[in-house]
Amino acid sequence: MQKNSNLENVLRGVAITAIILFFMFPILWIFLMSFQTNETILRVPPSPFFEPTLTNYRSLISGKLEGSTATLEIAFMSNLYNSLFLSVTSVTVGLILGVPAAYAFARLKFRGSEDIAFTLLSFRFAPPLLVLLPLTIYFQQIGLADTYGGLIWVYQLIVLPLILWIVRGYFEDIPADIEYAYRIAGHSFWATFRKIALPLAGPGIAAAGLLAFIFAWNNFIFALVLASADKQPVTVGALAFITASGINYGQIAAGIMLSIAPTFALALYAQRYLVEGLSLGAVKG
Amino acid sequence: MSLELTNISKSFKDEMVLDGVSIQVHEGKTLVLFGPSGAGKTVLLRLIAGVIEPDSGQIKISGTDVDGVEPEDRNIGMAFQNFALFPHMDAHANIASPLTAQKQDKSAIQSGVQTLAKLLKIDHVLDHKPKELSNGQKQRTALARALAGKPKVLLLDDPLRNVDAKLRFEMRLELPRLLSDQNTTVIYVTQDYKEAMAFGDEIAVISSGVVQQIGTPEDIYLTPANIEIARLFGDPVINYLDVTVQKDAVGIFALVSDKRVDLNSGYARAVGQDCSLGIRPESILFVPASHPGAVPVTVEAETPLNEKTVNLCLTARGREIMASRPSGTVGPANGPAFVSIEAANVLIFDKHTGELIEPDKFY
Repeated sequence: MQKNSNLENVLRGVAITAIILFFMFPILWIFLMSFQTNETILRVPPSPFFEPTLTNYRSLISGKLEGSTATLEIAFMSNLYNSLFLSVTSVTVGLILGVPAAYAFARLKFRGSEDIAFTLLSFRFAPPLLVLLPLTIYFQQIGLADTYGGLIWVYQLIVLPLILWIVRGYFEDIPADIEYAYRIAGHSFWATFRKIALPLAGPGIAAAGLLAFIFAWNNFIFALVLASADKQPVTVGALAFITASGINYGQIAAGIMLSIAPTFALALYAQRYLVEGLSLGAVKG
Repeated sequence: MSLELTNISKSFKDEMVLDGVSIQVHEGKTLVLFGPSGAGKTVLLRLIAGVIEPDSGQIKISGTDVDGVEPEDRNIGMAFQNFALFPHMDAHANIASPLTAQKQDKSAIQSGVQTLAKLLKIDHVLDHKPKELSNGQKQRTALARALAGKPKVLLLDDPLRNVDAKLRFEMRLELPRLLSDQNTTVIYVTQDYKEAMAFGDEIAVISSGVVQQIGTPEDIYLTPANIEIARLFGDPVINYLDVTVQKDAVGIFALVSDKRVDLNSGYARAVGQDCSLGIRPESILFVPASHPGAVPVTVEAETPLNEKTVNLCLTARGREIMASRPSGTVGPANGPAFVSIEAANVLIFDKHTGELIEPDKFY
């Protein structure tokens, strides 16, 4: 038994190492690349040892890409700002619309509620390109193309179903008796929603918001088609690194590091909300 | 009339849960809803609380029809069987929730919660979250919360179900006093006949969504409407023997093991009918063989049961009956013995319908 468990420990260690290597190595490599010039990145054989340089970050932040032949103006920082603005606003709008809707779907069994909820989910089935073509035409006609408002609206296609379905599950998990008890104590429907349902579904709402933020942040195709340069998020803006004069891998790597930083920080911060489940110990002993 | 239910019906999908229930409770009285699980007791409470709506019928609280009145406007307190405490609030905030809803000021809330907490002996755990409370403390917190708003009607849904035996025993003593102090109208749901007898000014026996009988605990025990109710009330359960009611020159009687048990002459209308003779275990007394009308039995076993001792006996025809007597009294050894049946206390049920046959009264 003892021998076996020793062997098990070794195997487990090997497996964990392999998985970490598999998932973390690309990130580590990109992190290293972001501090190198194109020459050191492209040398054969590659080596983790080099003289670090901050030129990639400096040129991204100043907005001047210095290629081998010419200097190119890019709007990386404004792309980053666009990403932040679009994602935060989309998730905020999604939460404001989605959380009460999720509560309604969870608690008020009205006619067709299942069908409506499913229809909302089905937005996620269709490939985005399917809706993009007609949407582009409509948006151009009604003047929503190339506006933040239009983009945020379209982002709801990604954000809203996600929030709705995750949060609905959390609301359904709250024993109805707890809400009944609060109402019988004399509080209104809305007070019960705010003081009981929202806090108890808090971890779920945080999780849904975080996931929605990541999905919105990583979105590429909607912004590519519907936004022009000054409204584009980093995912689209990063295309500018591929220029006629070549690909500057170091700057791409630095751009990636900068663009994953917010989601990474958010994930680290929100982790405890995701893990911490409010145990409903009040209901059964 | 503090609470008046008239002809309430409710079904879920195709299942009829309540069928024409009518109940009235006077102000300050306690009505116990008693019945097996699935009888519709909890549904009835929820209808009164207003969290579900009846399909038909009328609910009046203090004379006002509450149809369409939201739960928060009904002035009701309710303790749930599963406590339903707010898990993210401490015990103090839980108990205070009806007071905050009434927009009372801070000091009033504080003193209101303190008074109740002291009364229920939970004042030392007021800063605990529900999951840090023991089951007994949770139950008391839930009770305090239900009482805090000084409701006109208090609904208690089997509040002692999920607590341990010792606490249940204590609360059985404390709760009636507490409730009478509050002077509210109480509907108390239970499946325990002892609780029902201890708490109820009146008991409504409900089964399969229909009220079978409403009466004082005494009424229900002494004249149960049917054999089912007779079996639910009493521990050990009532004995029943199949007999035919007969009549001769002396009077009306039934034969148990060929021995005559004289019956009230009011049973004349049951003569010739197949009946079940219901005999409470405490109405079966061990007697010497010489006792008139002594019925021979064989004592099979003896079981002490709290303050009673129960003997399991077999009649001459091999039917099992139970006799109980106060513990400490001398009982027979296992083997042959004789019992006498207190004829005044027997109940006669129609064998086919199970309904009680009440003796006609002569004046």
